[in-house]
Amino acid sequence: MDSVFDHAIRLGDDALILGQRLSEWCGHAPMLEVDLALANIALDLTGQATLFLALAAEEEGRGRDADALAFRRDVLDFRNCLIVEQPNGDFAQTIARQFLFSNWQELLLAEIAEAPAPALAAIAAKAVKEVRYHVRYASEWVVRLGDGTQESRGRMSDGLDWMWRFVEELFDAVDGAASLRPAWEARIAATLRAAGLERPRPMRPILGGRKGHHSEHLGHLLCEMQFLQRTYPGATW
Amino acid sequence: MVKTAIRADEVFAILQQVHDPEIPVLSVVDLGIVREVRDDAVAITPTYSGCPATLVIEQAIRQALDAAGLQKMRIETVLFPPWTTDWITAEGHRKLEAYGIAPPQPSGAVLCPRCGSAQARLVSEFGSTPCKALYRCGACGEPFDRFKCH
Ligand SMILES: [Zn+2]
Repeated sequence: MDSVFDHAIRLGDDALILGQRLSEWCGHAPMLEVDLALANIALDLTGQATLFLALAAEEEGRGRDADALAFRRDVLDFRNCLIVEQPNGDFAQTIARQFLFSNWQELLLAEIAEAPAPALAAIAAKAVKEVRYHVRYASEWVVRLGDGTQESRGRMSDGLDWMWRFVEELFDAVDGAASLRPAWEARIAATLRAAGLERPRPMRPILGGRKGHHSEHLGHLLCEMQFLQRTYPGATW
Repeated sequence: MVKTAIRADEVFAILQQVHDPEIPVLSVVDLGIVREVRDDAVAITPTYSGCPATLVIEQAIRQALDAAGLQKMRIETVLFPPWTTDWITAEGHRKLEAYGIAPPQPSGAVLCPRCGSAQARLVSEFGSTPCKALYRCGACGEPFDRFKCH
């Protein structure tokens, strides 16, 4: 049975790492509105991460706080799923990641918001309202790109193909949320149909994030994110 | 001077003078984030998980309470139930509109705060802050922010 700490650290790490990834788009997005949207989604996720990691730190009771967990923890101790640490790629690949992840995150948070752990439920009830915007945003772009030009369609399709191998982990029988799969599949299928896109063919899944077995990408991400607190521990501004 | 007893309505009057740093026309009371005032504590609920104004607001409330001699009054953050735009007061709605931000309408109606036209088009659900979406008026052509229904 997983503890509140286990749940909080996973939810917090998912949000933190994806928030950090998305913030890499800041100032680089294809247009201003997209730049604002991705930065806003990143901000929502970073806020959720702060709340979940603060709860994890409190549960742990070893004197660490959310910042210590975010900025002074080593890569092997991160418990995020692998999809959130994947590089942004092009805009379509970023949207593919967001589409697959946010749909899953919304279903998961909605379930946690109804669950009997009050501290987790309170954060989830707040976060799920924010994630609905992320789902809508990503889904609209999947349709726009999929139903757009040959170029945009090809890129959207490639983006989904690339991210699809990380889907299995979200529903893994051991550390995943297997019961959410039918609802998730129905959402994904409806949007892909509207976009005129094929469901990616099954591929060998890559697992391990929940156990701390990460892709090389996470280490690079943490190098950048943790640089300041590693170099000047406890620095404030 | 440290006060020992104060009525809730007096505390609300103090908090009515504390403004949201991003939408300074609104007080924290107008915004509906002050959930409860007790003898020893003020309970506030943040708007968005990642709202950068949250910390600034808490500091501003602290300063206002201290200045009123209420150093012993604590500030509690309450996450549940989550904040909703339904908690923005009628006064808050009026102030937003006068400031040029379309207030959240549960009906979904979006009226241009400049000319009142209903011919507004959504430009982006993500605007200049987490709580606002970006619209453009079809009549006068001006872009404007709308407080998201949340
Ligand atoms: Zn107008």
